[in-house]
Amino acid sequence: MLHPVVRTILQRLGLGLITLFVVSLILFSSIEFLPGDFGEAVLGQAALPETVAAFRKELGLDLPLHERYFDWLGGMLTGDMGNSFSGRGSSGGTDRSRPVIELLAPRLANTLFLASMAAIISVPLALFLGITAALYRNSIYDRSVNALTLTTISFPEFFVAYLLILILSSFLKLFPSLANISPDAPFWDRAYLTFLPALTLTLVIVAHMMRMTRAAIINLMASPYIEMAELKGASKSEIILRHALPNAWAPIVTVIAFNLAYLVVGVVVVEVVFVYPGVGQLMVDAVTTRDVPVVQGCAMIFAATYILLNLFADIISIITNPRLLHPR
Amino acid sequence: MSDDRKGTKGDILLEMRDIVIDGYSDDRWHEIVKGVDITLRRGEIMGLIGESGAGKSTLGLAAMGFARPGCRITSGSIVFDGIDLVKATEAERRALRGSRIAYVAQSAAASFNPAHQLIEQTVEATVRKGIKPEDEAKADARKLYRELQLPNPDLIGERFPHQVSGGQLQRVMTAMAMSPRPDLIIFDEPTTALDVTTQVEVLAAMRRIVEQYNTAAIYITHDLAVVAQMADVIKVLRYGETIEDADTRTMLSHPEKEYTKSLWSVRSIEKPEEVSEDVILKVDHVDASYTGSAKVLDDVTIEVPRGHTVAIVGESGSGKSTTARAITGLLPPSKGQILFNGTALPPTLKERSIDQLQKIQMIYQMADTAMNPRQTVRDIIGRPLEFYLGLRGAERDRRLLELVEMIELNESFIDRLPAELSGGQKQRICIARALAASPDLIICDEVTSALDQIVQKGILELLLRLQRELGLTYIFITHDIATVKAISDQIVVMFQGRVVEQGMKSEILSPPYPDYTKLLLSSVPEMDPDWLTGLLAQREKEASASP
Repeated sequence: MLHPVVRTILQRLGLGLITLFVVSLILFSSIEFLPGDFGEAVLGQAALPETVAAFRKELGLDLPLHERYFDWLGGMLTGDMGNSFSGRGSSGGTDRSRPVIELLAPRLANTLFLASMAAIISVPLALFLGITAALYRNSIYDRSVNALTLTTISFPEFFVAYLLILILSSFLKLFPSLANISPDAPFWDRAYLTFLPALTLTLVIVAHMMRMTRAAIINLMASPYIEMAELKGASKSEIILRHALPNAWAPIVTVIAFNLAYLVVGVVVVEVVFVYPGVGQLMVDAVTTRDVPVVQGCAMIFAATYILLNLFADIISIITNPRLLHPR
Repeated sequence: MSDDRKGTKGDILLEMRDIVIDGYSDDRWHEIVKGVDITLRRGEIMGLIGESGAGKSTLGLAAMGFARPGCRITSGSIVFDGIDLVKATEAERRALRGSRIAYVAQSAAASFNPAHQLIEQTVEATVRKGIKPEDEAKADARKLYRELQLPNPDLIGERFPHQVSGGQLQRVMTAMAMSPRPDLIIFDEPTTALDVTTQVEVLAAMRRIVEQYNTAAIYITHDLAVVAQMADVIKVLRYGETIEDADTRTMLSHPEKEYTKSLWSVRSIEKPEEVSEDVILKVDHVDASYTGSAKVLDDVTIEVPRGHTVAIVGESGSGKSTTARAITGLLPPSKGQILFNGTALPPTLKERSIDQLQKIQMIYQMADTAMNPRQTVRDIIGRPLEFYLGLRGAERDRRLLELVEMIELNESFIDRLPAELSGGQKQRICIARALAASPDLIICDEVTSALDQIVQKGILELLLRLQRELGLTYIFITHDIATVKAISDQIVVMFQGRVVEQGMKSEILSPPYPDYTKLLLSSVPEMDPDWLTGLLAQREKEASASP
């Protein structure tokens, strides 16, 4: 007999896989129904129908939908995301196309690096601000933290980004405005180069997490066990850290997971502003050139990120709930 | 904690003078405690008694220098062992709480932090205040668990609150209060949420331990019989004012004020039982379970005579409410059937016809949660009139008014929301909603247990009158024997999902009793200060007599 927590986690994992499968189905079919055609896009409107047909055949686009889907899915399962369309055909004969995975891997590494940088700054900051705001609820401090974080979330990302460039890069010359990192640079150089985009992302996501932390704690403050702690002579900070916070993790981690997922999948604008070589840019480029295998690869990575982070949030919610961890 | 700090019994420990406490509601401050005095000596137990809204809990918390959010202590002095808690700083008050004054709350299940083990919570204050180092405090906690007769005292502390029963949690909370060896414990309705059989054990444990450590206590309750077992002196409160003060024996034998006498006389409704052969409902060898594994009902057979009342009694978990769920079709039986007027009802709610649904109605314990807070009384009672009887417009309104008058309210209530009604009025509206369907059978699930005694009496009298006038049949689920005596013709005793005894009220309530019925009946507190002592002595004698 499995421990119920393990069973629940396995269940969630299974559900995650099913979700990923459904996503792949939707993804594949919706791209299929997009207007436009890679053949025409590459060869131009004036191309002869026979040339386009030959080109399509070379890419395997003439095969029936379901055949291509299972082919692609089988590839995905074995780690082969197919080859990029670009670099093919136009010059005839030589195939200069590259595997999607080769294009994607360094970009993904960059994106994850930026996301981790932003997460390392924003999550502790949001928790600290949320807990202290709950502790000094309705004080000037609480109000200013709320107002400040709301302000930063209210501005569009590119505006925050340009503002930071203006102040920290142009005037104070503290950080570079371009974050075109290369993978073989030493860690500290990369960290230094990515500081501004990471800060931009932090300002964008901290409000959400901070407000949820504050609300989850305050929501518990009316519980009888909080009153009991007060009547046992616990101080305000002991009450919040020892009695409220352990029961508040579930909603907090859900919001944190949501925001971390955003750091991976929603950062196109910030990447563009800082010329950062991440997955977001790659996907936008691929969409413009109708490079379907790359678009599909990026989208699957994004979907997997969402599912995985939500799975982590679920697991943390479960293990912080003694009712589930220690059943009767 | 040397014993000399406790002083001798008789020194004044707590002196509260002319306490006025305001509460904030409806956008203004109201006085909820209006100039009450309390003098408590070391080792003495004072019972604070009154209906809800009397200001008992507010006053009890004020003895710790504490006011709930939305309350404020506006005047008066609270002197605890030479320290004026009103003038003291918050830090000074906090230093006393959890070390020299402790609190035992009503709902143990809600008052323990779900995230921490019981022993951690038991010793938390003791360790934090530096009264004992952690190891010593934990060893002492296990000793207290043993003294409070908790099962498995060495290990129970490792458990989380959701892993132990309500009665056990209430005892762990007493251990938690006792851990720093306080001078004063405030018990705020500590046994109200417990079954009678559990209540006796908890009461005995609490009384023993406060006696043993010569701890003073304020015991807050609305149950006279309970306070009679615990307190040396009793103070009766009403609307935030003292009605009467006396030592327990005098208060019980010679109450002076009319109000006190009325509290004493509530348990006096008696209904003569009637025999009837005409069966309206038969629960026929029914088994039921929630998860498919453990049986919650095991071969339950109950016959309900038309126009009469069957009371189902038993402690929580005995299957009382599950029986009601099986009858109403909310929980289909896994075996057996429900016969109504001689024909079998379909097992699930969905399969039943509107006519079948209409004839069986239900009234719940918590009138609060059984009504949609956004609907007016008109909508609440009007809905069954439209749904079952198809009444519309003026016809519906006429019937609505009739029903409201039937439950002894008037036209002015029709457009109110539940929040604008008192507890007793809410329950009356729930009764009217059940009546609106013109049912033959009404299942009343603990309908009076959340109410004050005087309000309870009103509701019971109303139900009896409606039965006489409309020929209604009741199934009355309760754990309160006084209610059973007041309303029933027949009694069914349930224990662990089985019917252990059933018959006419007079048969069941007179000896000889089967074991469980005897335990249940003997556990109901009586208005006699020596009742608990006598009962414990008797049980001990019987236990040692049997091998």
